[in-house]
Amino acid sequence: MKIIALMALSIILPTSVNALETSGKLLLTGGVTQIEGSGGGGLTPWALIGGYGTKDEIGANAFYTNVTTTDFRLESFGALVGLFDRAEISLAKQTFDTRDVGAILGLRYGFRFRQDIFGLKIKVIGDAVLDQDSWLPQIAIGAQYKKNHNGNIVRLLGATDEKGLDLYLSATKVFLNQSILANVTVRRTRANQLGILGFGGDKNNGYKLQVESSLAYLLLRNLAVGLEFRTKPDNLSTLNEENWSDIFVAWAPTKNVSITAAYTLLGNIAIRDNQEGLYTSLQVGF
Amino acid sequence: MFRTILLTIALSLSMNANSADLAAFQDFGETPGLVKVVDDLMVNLLANEKTRPFFEKVDHTAVKQKLVEQFCAQLEGPCIYTGQTMKRAHKGHEIDAAQFNALVEALQDSMNKNKIPQRAQNKLLAKLASMHKDIINK
Repeated sequence: MKIIALMALSIILPTSVNALETSGKLLLTGGVTQIEGSGGGGLTPWALIGGYGTKDEIGANAFYTNVTTTDFRLESFGALVGLFDRAEISLAKQTFDTRDVGAILGLRYGFRFRQDIFGLKIKVIGDAVLDQDSWLPQIAIGAQYKKNHNGNIVRLLGATDEKGLDLYLSATKVFLNQSILANVTVRRTRANQLGILGFGGDKNNGYKLQVESSLAYLLLRNLAVGLEFRTKPDNLSTLNEENWSDIFVAWAPTKNVSITAAYTLLGNIAIRDNQEGLYTSLQVGF
Repeated sequence: MFRTILLTIALSLSMNANSADLAAFQDFGETPGLVKVVDDLMVNLLANEKTRPFFEKVDHTAVKQKLVEQFCAQLEGPCIYTGQTMKRAHKGHEIDAAQFNALVEALQDSMNKNKIPQRAQNKLLAKLASMHKDIINK
């Protein structure tokens, strides 16, 4: 249903926004929408402002992402607005289906955790694409405020809080001569599995710095392939958490639609080892 | 003796560098290839409402000749650019980021039409992107 709505939007959008000046940025230079709703790669926010608005324009995106691993399913959908290639405001809603594990944890089969994420990102300096005569990357700072809907249950599982504020600094650079995009993000967080299993815990309760990086090869102007790696905290003594990685391909046939597919390696999630599987994401906007 | 060896190494290094740098120019089909890319570029620029106002009233033959020269020089081909600096050439025209990017897209379309390999395209685009501060003035 969400996918059908997004498809309909992608057909309406190009005609309805033609009156205003929009979509002045180059293809793929707004990135795609990452799993927590910010403009970036699949797992990681980038310093790029989402959408195709230049410094004189506004851009916007809606997205739907599905990750199905060996034992779980994570769905994420939401939208972002990019303001004058300077600021980005985003909202994402995540649903995490525990399937069998829900029953084992004493919840119920197919128990779903839900979480909302409000994001804000401000570009500080640089232009990742145009500044080709300088080593300076595009740098942005951002925040993701996360609110879990299942406070009582995440506390039962060992988390200390149902909400948390992630702060991050991202540096992104396109090396056009080499057809490469590189990103490094440092995030201060205490979220357990993005916050789906709450925030803080008995093993560690403080905020810690995590590193997230992406490397992409620009095969064509509308097609990129790459790798991502994201370190994670490990705050709960009963439910281990491990680092995440993926290989991805992102394709933007037009500025109004992009499709991302990835194979993700997500390690241990809530008593189940070696969670891996397909990540697919559809984004529409301008 | 030592100096001769050093000189030989330096020479061979510079020759390697030259042959490597010429690869992109050759991927474009050298000057005849660049002429085709620039011919198609002008067609695209005149077809797009964002770029047309800047190009419809200029001497197309002259502008195309300067563009071929400039692209050839940027790809380290055997040309010397004899046109105005980018800052001077665009002074007085109010050009915003979207219009600059529209020109980049017109060039990408033209390079794709002429089947220029992506790596060679990106080498030229990297050189053009570095000029954005002298061109985008609005």
